[in-house]
Amino acid sequence: MSAIIDPSRPGDSLIGASIPRLEDDALITGRGRFVDDIHMPGLLQAAFVRSPHAHAAIRSIDASAALALPGVHAVYTYEDFKPHFATDRLVVGLPSSHYKQDHNRQVLAADEAVHVGEPVAIVLADSRYIAEDAATLVEVDFDPLPAVSDCRAALAADAPLVHRESPHNLLAEFDMKYGEAERVFAEAKHVFRESFWQHRGGSHSIECRGCVARHDALEDRTTLWTSTQMPHAAMRVICEILGLHENQIRVATPDVGGGFGPKLVTYPEEICVTLAARLYGRPVKWIEDRREHFIATTQERDQYWDTEVAVGDDGRVLGIRGSIVHDHGAYTARGINLAHNSAENVPLGYEIPHYAMNVKVALTNKVPVTPVRGAGHPQGTFVMERLLDRVARELKLDRAEVRRRNMIPPEKMPYRTQLKARGGQWVTLDSGDFPACFAEALQRADWDGFPARQAKARAEGRYLGIGLSNFVKGTGRGPFESVTVRIGPSGKVHVYAGAAAMGQGTRTMLSQVVAEQLGRDLSNVTVTTGDTAATAMGLGGSNSRQTVVAGSSAHVAAQNVRAKVLKVAAVLLKTTEAELEIVGNEVVVNGQPSRRIELGAVSRSLVGTAGYSLPAGVTAGLEATEQVLIDDMAFSSGSAVVELEVDPETGGVQIHRLVFVHDAGRMINPMVIDGQLAGGIAHGIGNALFEWMGYDENAQPVTTNLGEYLLVTSTEMPRMELHHRESPTPGNPLGVKGVGECGVIPMTPAIMSAIEDALSPFGVRINQTPITPAQLYALIENGTKGTPA
Amino acid sequence: MKPPAFAYHDPQTVEEACQLMSTLDNARLLAGGQSMMPMLNMRFVMPDHLVDLGRVSALSAIEERPGALRIGAMTRQRDLEYSPLVRARCPLLADAIQWVGHRQTRNRGTIGGSLCQLDPSAELPSVCAALDATLTVQSARGTRTLAFADFPAGYMTPSIEPDELLTHVELPDWPAGHGHGFVEFARRHGDYAVVLAAALLAVDAAGRITRASVTLGGIGPAPVRVGAVEQALVGQVASATLFRGATEACRSIEAMEDVHAPASYRQQLAVVMSRRALEAALASIGSPASSTGAAAH
Amino acid sequence: MDSTLSRAIALKVNGKAVQATVDVRHTLADFLRHQLELTGTHLGCEHGVCGACTVLVDGRSTRGCLMLAVQANGREVTTVEGIAAADGALHPLQQAFMDLHGLQCGFCTPGMLTTLVELLNDNPDPSEAEVRVAISGNLCRCTGYQAIVDATLAAAKSMRGAAVAGSTR
Repeated sequence: MSAIIDPSRPGDSLIGASIPRLEDDALITGRGRFVDDIHMPGLLQAAFVRSPHAHAAIRSIDASAALALPGVHAVYTYEDFKPHFATDRLVVGLPSSHYKQDHNRQVLAADEAVHVGEPVAIVLADSRYIAEDAATLVEVDFDPLPAVSDCRAALAADAPLVHRESPHNLLAEFDMKYGEAERVFAEAKHVFRESFWQHRGGSHSIECRGCVARHDALEDRTTLWTSTQMPHAAMRVICEILGLHENQIRVATPDVGGGFGPKLVTYPEEICVTLAARLYGRPVKWIEDRREHFIATTQERDQYWDTEVAVGDDGRVLGIRGSIVHDHGAYTARGINLAHNSAENVPLGYEIPHYAMNVKVALTNKVPVTPVRGAGHPQGTFVMERLLDRVARELKLDRAEVRRRNMIPPEKMPYRTQLKARGGQWVTLDSGDFPACFAEALQRADWDGFPARQAKARAEGRYLGIGLSNFVKGTGRGPFESVTVRIGPSGKVHVYAGAAAMGQGTRTMLSQVVAEQLGRDLSNVTVTTGDTAATAMGLGGSNSRQTVVAGSSAHVAAQNVRAKVLKVAAVLLKTTEAELEIVGNEVVVNGQPSRRIELGAVSRSLVGTAGYSLPAGVTAGLEATEQVLIDDMAFSSGSAVVELEVDPETGGVQIHRLVFVHDAGRMINPMVIDGQLAGGIAHGIGNALFEWMGYDENAQPVTTNLGEYLLVTSTEMPRMELHHRESPTPGNPLGVKGVGECGVIPMTPAIMSAIEDALSPFGVRINQTPITPAQLYALIENGTKGTPA
Repeated sequence: MKPPAFAYHDPQTVEEACQLMSTLDNARLLAGGQSMMPMLNMRFVMPDHLVDLGRVSALSAIEERPGALRIGAMTRQRDLEYSPLVRARCPLLADAIQWVGHRQTRNRGTIGGSLCQLDPSAELPSVCAALDATLTVQSARGTRTLAFADFPAGYMTPSIEPDELLTHVELPDWPAGHGHGFVEFARRHGDYAVVLAAALLAVDAAGRITRASVTLGGIGPAPVRVGAVEQALVGQVASATLFRGATEACRSIEAMEDVHAPASYRQQLAVVMSRRALEAALASIGSPASSTGAAAH
Repeated sequence: MDSTLSRAIALKVNGKAVQATVDVRHTLADFLRHQLELTGTHLGCEHGVCGACTVLVDGRSTRGCLMLAVQANGREVTTVEGIAAADGALHPLQQAFMDLHGLQCGFCTPGMLTTLVELLNDNPDPSEAEVRVAISGNLCRCTGYQAIVDATLAAAKSMRGAAVAGSTR
């Protein structure tokens, strides 16, 4: 059960307490306010006309039949919107010197559509039902063009062009390398080569995307409520495209029903809905349906890796090299950060002296690729861990022993790697004891006792396997998050953060951090996140960053407000600051409970009275705004061990046991951290065994509903055994690291390692993720036909 | 994903429903809606008229008939699941119903709707195939009965005219104490099977098989009764070895193929699932309906 | 009014009598959300897979996207807004979800709760496996389900305790 915090007990800290979340009361009683719950008079519903073709020229659009339908108010195409654009492209790509071409999305397709689902027109109607009726009546004259589906084929010299006017389909290329890989490979005693296909699908938050725009002509201001992870970025992009300034657009996030990555992107639909509301003069709502989510929301997809590892007789890795082809989709909706993360993650958790990875980012005629929970890191970990399994097998070493021999020892922390982050900073692992974490996972999973369990099962004709994976994940990407802490005249503590909540408990986290300094009464704190009108700057939710960057800013801002409270209260109570403590919503003189003043009274003393000086010679107002600058990442780490059973007759896999030991530094709310890990683990199991976003050779998606695209359900999930170690990072004042993506990272390699172990009599080797029962059975059958290893 | 416009009719009697279906153009029947409603929401079907059978109360009874259980087409799958009569008289159906969808879909979904949807990977059509069910179909033109074996006209296509509706299913009794087994391999609990198998066995006092029924779903365009296996079993003493040998015949069944599973994999599952269904059937002999082995990985 | 295109319906929603005219193609979920402004019932897929729209119809868990509003005529519908006690006291499941972190973004939660209300009515003492099967038609992307399962078992236990206490009073 949750800890009970007594605000009057000074030693009773809110940091580290598993407090039930402040978000929950509304959400469990149906009083949440998600974007589709927003209703207002005159609201029109939008539906989009989308390209059914992976690649087509658009010759003409005829909306007359749609407009003639009763209940239809407007149909807007690119040509209708064009006069209102300052620019017609969403320029959102992260900076990089590696781009060979720019392909920024159009707000609506003008004369060429380059993926199935690309929006072509927006329909406004009295109801979504009628809007969908009308959308089918908009006649678009498409001229289909050759499409590119496979990212490797995209790079062939004779490949069709993803965009008619491009010189080729190579969007970007770069090398990530250090040391002398070439020399080491030439001299190495052992070199092993492996090729991998790695696939990740969509995010599939249970709430799809959606937005509502309302234009206030009197104030010349449009408010967009949108289910986004990055409201400030959305505001900037909308202002750029529509030629507006910051006071003309407000972007606010209602409750967000899950994000998991793709909601960090600003989308064409958000621009269209905003502009449509301004042009038509009535509020407009668009709620993405699940089919649209499959074809119009960004995804992660395919990476093809060719790798080699060089090792000595002792199993110490001398170097890793290889190449990656990364499916980018048709446009740059975020950047080449995913491919960068994958390549960077490979050598992160171990001492790898030499490294060289060539990365090619290929355009395809598919919806753009941007981060999904994990953001390329799971792919890097998969490669590293699969290579270590190979090394163990070849050198006849225990898989755990190979890892122990290569891990970064704790005495080398902080450990400056030879890698550079995308912003050019050296990647420095800040803290952690990786070998101890790993040892704890092995011990808890009874790694050493497994051979006996396996032998017993084999005697019964059952195939048990055990697998393992370590990981390191950079979290809390800077440079900052903006947080204001203000005590109002009412005595309430208000927190305004550029952070964006998407279900992970951000409000609770910020409340715990701020209340810790200001009376420890959570009920006295209000939190506003994700509203550009409340916070001028904000980066929002991505990269497991909010507890690190927003938590740090909130912590320092609250400390500053606390100092001011005590300074002013000392004057008002005629004592010294050292004699004061904030308890609940009051400042109390230690040991003299009758001498006290409410926080509200302190605040009111600083709002000013005409003609009178402020007390204590302080500045006006009881607030502080902080953007604590954090350039270096906080590296979370962990170890996972999976025990499972494979049915060799069907290829079915059942996970029996899952041990996960994690180090996220200092924990703010362990219960919430468990929840974050558990969700990530489930996602990772999906990536190993279930989720596949399929396309045919013409880049037509073939898995466009939740019956074909499989998300893990309760019956497939094993019981998860979650354990924590706390190695506080020196990189921020709270000592915290991020956790939102960590669960997902080691799951695919741990599961594949376990499956291989279970099927070792068949010599099964797995170089892909996900793997389906049908594919696994084919490998088993090959093993049965051939000579069992 | 909103349904297209249609006119809605909710008759109270079978006759009224038949009358509507005989007069309306482009009309579709709505039973439990667990397949029809998704198709409407996705606009895969665009009927001008929707005739809802939900208020035709005469179609939702489970009745004992001499030698058979008679089930109204609008009987909810949940009512089959919780029916002591089904468990006692038709344990194979009781076994199979556990595999049908989820709690929420069984609460609305009907046996008749599932049969007319005729998804080859669905459980209830295979149960009807295994039991040699008889179906009653009615229209304004009259009533006819047909054997389930004659019901599928093709992939997901029942041999019912546009003006006809399925009213009842009769599931013939097997001898008391017979063996029954139902297993399936699905990607997740509650999913349509990749391949499923239903098996029934009757044995004499010496353990010799006097009657056998083996059905596979998910491999062909409609449920497949595997006569070759049944014939190989009858007259033999039931045993794991017998089953292992006999079910190999399933590997030669022509199998469907899609992006999720090649034909050869479905054939492998057919062999394994039929064997496991027979083993479950053998184990159940003499006992009332039992839950059979879970094969969903 | 053409009764084949729109219909007057009368039903009970969360214990209150409701009369409304509905477009016959509108789903029960849309009717609850947009006409009755009971927005606690969420739509996550509209093809009957995710379970977020689950409501109780005559006590039985039902996908609100797979039932037409007109079909609810004469029925009794309970949504997440209606599962707490009349005095506002949380249902034990709601309390347990809060205490044990059985929700994160909260979007699937209404469907989870309504489904589990039915489960615990049917089976006051479910095993962990039975709880998992009961919610296997409800997708959650946040929790990995474990905290939901734990909260359900805790709620069942507290409800059994309350029932025992009530019967011995």
